[in-house]
Amino acid sequence: MLGREFKKNYIYYTRKESYELLNYIIRRFLILPFILFGVTVLVFSMIMMLGPYQRLSTYINDPAQLKGQDMDELVAKYGLDDPWYEQYGRWIGGVAQGDFGWSESAGQPVSEAIFSRFPATLELAVFAVIPVIMGGIWLGVLSAVHHNQKFDHIIRIISTIGWSFPTFVFGLMVLMIFYGVLGWFPPGRLGADAAAIVRSAEFASYTGLNVLDGILNLEFGVVLDSFRHLIGPIVTLAIVWWSYILRITRSSMLETLRKDYIRTARAKGVAEKFVINKHARRNALIPVVTVAGPMVLGLLGGVVIVESVFGYRGIGQYAAQAAQQLDYSGILGVAMYFSFLLILINLIVDVSYAVIDPRIRLE
Amino acid sequence: MEWKEILTRLLKNKLSLFGLIIILFFVLVAVFAPYLAPPRSPDEAYEIPRAGWQVEPQPPREGYPFGTAQGSYDIFYGMVWGTRTAFRIGVIVVGLSSFIGISIGTLSAYYGGKIDEFFMRITDVFMSIPFLVAAMVLTTILGKGLDNVMIALVTFGWMSTARLMRSQVLEIKNEEFVQASIALGASDPRIIFKHIIANCIFPVLIQAFMRMGSMVITASALSFLGVGAPEGYADWGQMITFARDWILGGQGSALKYWYTVVIPGAAIMFFSLSWNLLGDAFRDILDPKLK
Repeated sequence: MLGREFKKNYIYYTRKESYELLNYIIRRFLILPFILFGVTVLVFSMIMMLGPYQRLSTYINDPAQLKGQDMDELVAKYGLDDPWYEQYGRWIGGVAQGDFGWSESAGQPVSEAIFSRFPATLELAVFAVIPVIMGGIWLGVLSAVHHNQKFDHIIRIISTIGWSFPTFVFGLMVLMIFYGVLGWFPPGRLGADAAAIVRSAEFASYTGLNVLDGILNLEFGVVLDSFRHLIGPIVTLAIVWWSYILRITRSSMLETLRKDYIRTARAKGVAEKFVINKHARRNALIPVVTVAGPMVLGLLGGVVIVESVFGYRGIGQYAAQAAQQLDYSGILGVAMYFSFLLILINLIVDVSYAVIDPRIRLE
Repeated sequence: MEWKEILTRLLKNKLSLFGLIIILFFVLVAVFAPYLAPPRSPDEAYEIPRAGWQVEPQPPREGYPFGTAQGSYDIFYGMVWGTRTAFRIGVIVVGLSSFIGISIGTLSAYYGGKIDEFFMRITDVFMSIPFLVAAMVLTTILGKGLDNVMIALVTFGWMSTARLMRSQVLEIKNEEFVQASIALGASDPRIIFKHIIANCIFPVLIQAFMRMGSMVITASALSFLGVGAPEGYADWGQMITFARDWILGGQGSALKYWYTVVIPGAAIMFFSLSWNLLGDAFRDILDPKLK
């Protein structure tokens, strides 16, 4: 039995009725509160590993509150010696109102710190995700079509190396070559000139996304400058995740190309281009959707690294800064925030997967 | 296919042979570390010695084949002893997290029902915090340092193994040989260990190979972000932290301090690459149709 196939999560089931799909979606939504509850308990149990004094920072909203106060009194006031479930209740009440405490490293409440950096991270994510997904799929299909030819071999080697490359080392090298040597892609989010325009009174901030705001304000210098700063982080994220998507697309495409209906199409004399683009690729892409969840998981981690390598002021860079300075409330706030985001994205992925592929196992 | 045949095939495949050679090289470096880079005192073997008090990195020279990093830390010494650190992180983290993952995955799939539901929801919860962020939070809370990095990586690193193991066991559970041993009245532990785990361990093994590389990358990323190994500890990720302020070079040459980032970076890359190559080759052997 050692030769047992390494089975993929590719399952052939009889067609299910549409009410089963609805059933699945409802079930998926019903799980949601449990997951949310679980995550808050998980994060809270990490808070409880801290001592009462350290925990104080997650309750205070302004350091002025601490002035001239006795720490033990404060601990008693916020009930930090109470049983854990009472503390959990109070904490979750605050979190529900978006109150994550005071962030020492940012010098402002955690929720404000996250909120003010959100557009930067969103901008990076939006511009990174599209080239990563499209590029990865394109290379994967191409690699499968040229199976075992030179092109395929080169792509495979590059993707294995790319997948093995630590994001931060690659980012530092991009910085060294494209900024240090060539001076093309500087770190940070905006250059001094563009930043002055953005801060000026005439520049209206509609979305906080510099590229979009630049276009809306007809300040194309800002748009160009934003792109100059975005390319480094995007290339760094893309190299690692291209390799990932490429591999999955490639093996799925290879499997699909061996199916009977592809042979039938070819035998009928359908043009090869049509066979690949219409018949094979669509079906091959279904498993790619399933990895969207893990990919987002990895991308959010990658954002933390890339932002701190490039000094790009976003949520990820804030998380790294908070961790370095032992700013507990800051790092916990980011963790909660990222998990809510992840739960939401996973929900969307699961539901759309069930809609796309009727063969999905409806557990 | 038996172990011997798998090994022969691994040695025949150029890529996996290359991977094996790199791993062997790192193993040798780790084993012979005390001879390659003799520590000043055996108790402080993981403290990188400093060549002086100069802040600026110095290029490779006599006695310091890889040069010195920021603060005159000897890069060669750090690389050699960092190999031991990398293996320690990889083996401990992957070993423990795979053990947890295999146990949870097997129990949920074998017993099914409420146990399955319970374990899988816990898995979902642990997977709801991005891995790197979760590891960062736990390390920050437990206190900086490599041991705490390893605890954090194990705590948040078992879920993918659990899911893989569960799907494997679900498939194999209904096969005839398992049903037969149930019918013969074999005990649960016997069925689980003798029939189930033995027959679905290979995909998990492949995944473990891949995770050797990625766990070492994550641990070094945590060191780079400032929550991992303390300054001066022989750890590859920590070595790259030294390079951070010197990445843009200076005085006429942007690449002046290339050795501070390229050397430790290459070590991490090759370490991870070798395990990935091995994992890839393994998968090709077990499932030739995806080659």
